[in-house]
Amino acid sequence: MSSSTYVGVLALVAGLVLVCAVVTLWRRSLAAIVKVLAVQGAALGAVALVLGIHQHDAVLMAVACLVVATQGVVIPMWLDRVVARNPASREAAPIVNVPASLVGAGALTFLAYSVTGPVVALVPTTGRLVPLGFATLLIGFFAMAVRRKAVSQIVGLLIVNNGIALVAFLATSGFPLVVELGASLDVLLVVVLLRVMASQMGSKFGVLDLDQLRELHD
Amino acid sequence: MLAIIALGVPFAAGLGSAAPWRRGIGWLCTVAVGIVFACGVGLAVRVVHGPAVTAFGGLLRVDALSAFMVIVIGVIGLLATWQSVRYLTAEIDAGRCSRRHASLYSVLVQGFITAMLLAVLANNVGIMWVAVEATTIITTFLVGHRRTRGSLEASWKYLVICSVGIALAFLGTVLVYLAALHTGRGANVSLDWTSLMAVSHHLDPGVMRLAMALLVIGYGTKVGLAPMHSWLPDAHSQSPAPVSALMSGVLLTVAFYALLRFKAIADGALGPTFPRALFVAVGLLSLIVAASLLLTQRDYKRMLGYHSIEHMGLIALGAAAGTRLAIAAVLLHILGHGLAKGVLFLTSGEILLTEGTSEIAKVKALLARRPALGGIFGFGLVALLGLPPFSLFVSELNMVRAEVQVGLGWAAAISIVCMAVIFGAVVSHGRHLLFGSGAEGAPVHKTPAIVTVPLIGGLVGCAVLGVVAWPLASLLPAAAQVVAL
Repeated sequence: MSSSTYVGVLALVAGLVLVCAVVTLWRRSLAAIVKVLAVQGAALGAVALVLGIHQHDAVLMAVACLVVATQGVVIPMWLDRVVARNPASREAAPIVNVPASLVGAGALTFLAYSVTGPVVALVPTTGRLVPLGFATLLIGFFAMAVRRKAVSQIVGLLIVNNGIALVAFLATSGFPLVVELGASLDVLLVVVLLRVMASQMGSKFGVLDLDQLRELHD
Repeated sequence: MLAIIALGVPFAAGLGSAAPWRRGIGWLCTVAVGIVFACGVGLAVRVVHGPAVTAFGGLLRVDALSAFMVIVIGVIGLLATWQSVRYLTAEIDAGRCSRRHASLYSVLVQGFITAMLLAVLANNVGIMWVAVEATTIITTFLVGHRRTRGSLEASWKYLVICSVGIALAFLGTVLVYLAALHTGRGANVSLDWTSLMAVSHHLDPGVMRLAMALLVIGYGTKVGLAPMHSWLPDAHSQSPAPVSALMSGVLLTVAFYALLRFKAIADGALGPTFPRALFVAVGLLSLIVAASLLLTQRDYKRMLGYHSIEHMGLIALGAAAGTRLAIAAVLLHILGHGLAKGVLFLTSGEILLTEGTSEIAKVKALLARRPALGGIFGFGLVALLGLPPFSLFVSELNMVRAEVQVGLGWAAAISIVCMAVIFGAVVSHGRHLLFGSGAEGAPVHKTPAIVTVPLIGGLVGCAVLGVVAWPLASLLPAAAQVVAL
């Protein structure tokens, strides 16, 4: 693949990761949010795949397949099952409404570009895309802070992790494998745990809404 | 070899306690952690004057700092596993917990201790990250062990907030690696702490600034430093007492150990100013948060949780000063705080067990009704407030001295004001809990020796360290030297 198409394709799939993060802020139906998350996972895998093909790095290509399988298929499927019990569930009253959230996403993207200057300067070619990862991470943070459903918080956490993975791929073209695997396993375990807790909340207390959990406070 | 034994024994004990729980298995776990402590002492003797010990082809590396942390984990782990025997027996007798559920607890506690040991023994900062993250996942189960609504809420909050924090720490680690990739050293780059230290003066300062900020917020979440502290009082008040003791006494400081390692790298790349500013900011913020929230506490376990935030703020300020004196005082504070806080959480578990409530307003006149328990709680509070003869007095004094020496006198002054506020708040809560006369003719309860022996032992240890320095006289400076400016 020629150098300019390589950069073009890479920018496209990396951009898609950020776009998916923004879309999760825009949509309120939990089922739709989980679908967008699956697309984001696939896009993240595509980033790793493009990098792997360009650098003839078989390990990176294998990691790409792993990312697509977990972030794009398995995790969204699990979340779908939680959502399916109550298919009409929506993020009814987020703390910040949708138009304001989208403005917030814009501001966070701007912030991402302003803090990542040193990284962009240090890494040739792919470095210019690193701010996309930071923006995704910040938007994930924002989603966790303003959304009140258990599932939306899990999705927010996954978006944060996808953003970080994007930075890791673009900036270092793959981190030492042991650590990379540890990190993916960790995401998987955390999601399993949170899903179990979400179902416990649902079955024991009949809520998936974190506002109902207000026992511990000062 | 000792390092491998220290890791392997609690791991094996964890596998062994998968069998249905009996008291014998509980004691076996206690012995296993005792062996960890012995290994820590053995390692300390070997590395205090000699070179660092490595194992598994350099994957594990023990210098004086790691050896010190192994000792801390061993001592507080010993107290906590000892008390776990009592906790599980009481829970099973009360029918709140099945034997299978108890063995799950036992396996998780040993896994928790193993993960912490791996975090302090690993040379590779990536593996250190994986180990710290593993502690989060394991302790989530332990926080929710009581399966009540409150503990479910606490474990949700704990897992969500700490996962985000640890994700930021991962990003920080990635950026440090990125900076190391671009030092022009070619293929020799790895995530080993020793190799990062070797190139620290050539790391890109811009990237390192961003990385250090992310690491301080990220690992700071696990340390319980403000602004990401809000999980701490919930998790510490809802967990079983031995788990609270381990989390508050050691887990927080294991995460702080990670920060100390990265600070040493950042000091090389950036000079002391920027890392110092970060540590001062989070340290002071934590102290102010703790002081303002301790005043209104109604729950004694939450009170202890906020007290941990205060102490983590203090050691963050000490680390900000960063001189050899300061780091030695920070390390002594880590051990002293671990002992005192461990003893207090374990005592509070016993009070909760016998009184049935964790509200301050409902527990009165402990000294009159349960003299042994009340006495231990009282002395524990005295230790934690930094009064002599306990070691926290010595370490706080030396941290303030070191801060003044490097021109952080203003920060030290603010920390002293916060400590004074906290002192007043805790004394007033403590007075309510301990003093007063019990109801007329109420029986005086005895506390069993299985409870009092380890607790008194912990307090005596804390006091001995405050009076005579000989057990740590050569270890502390050697450990401080590893990461000091």
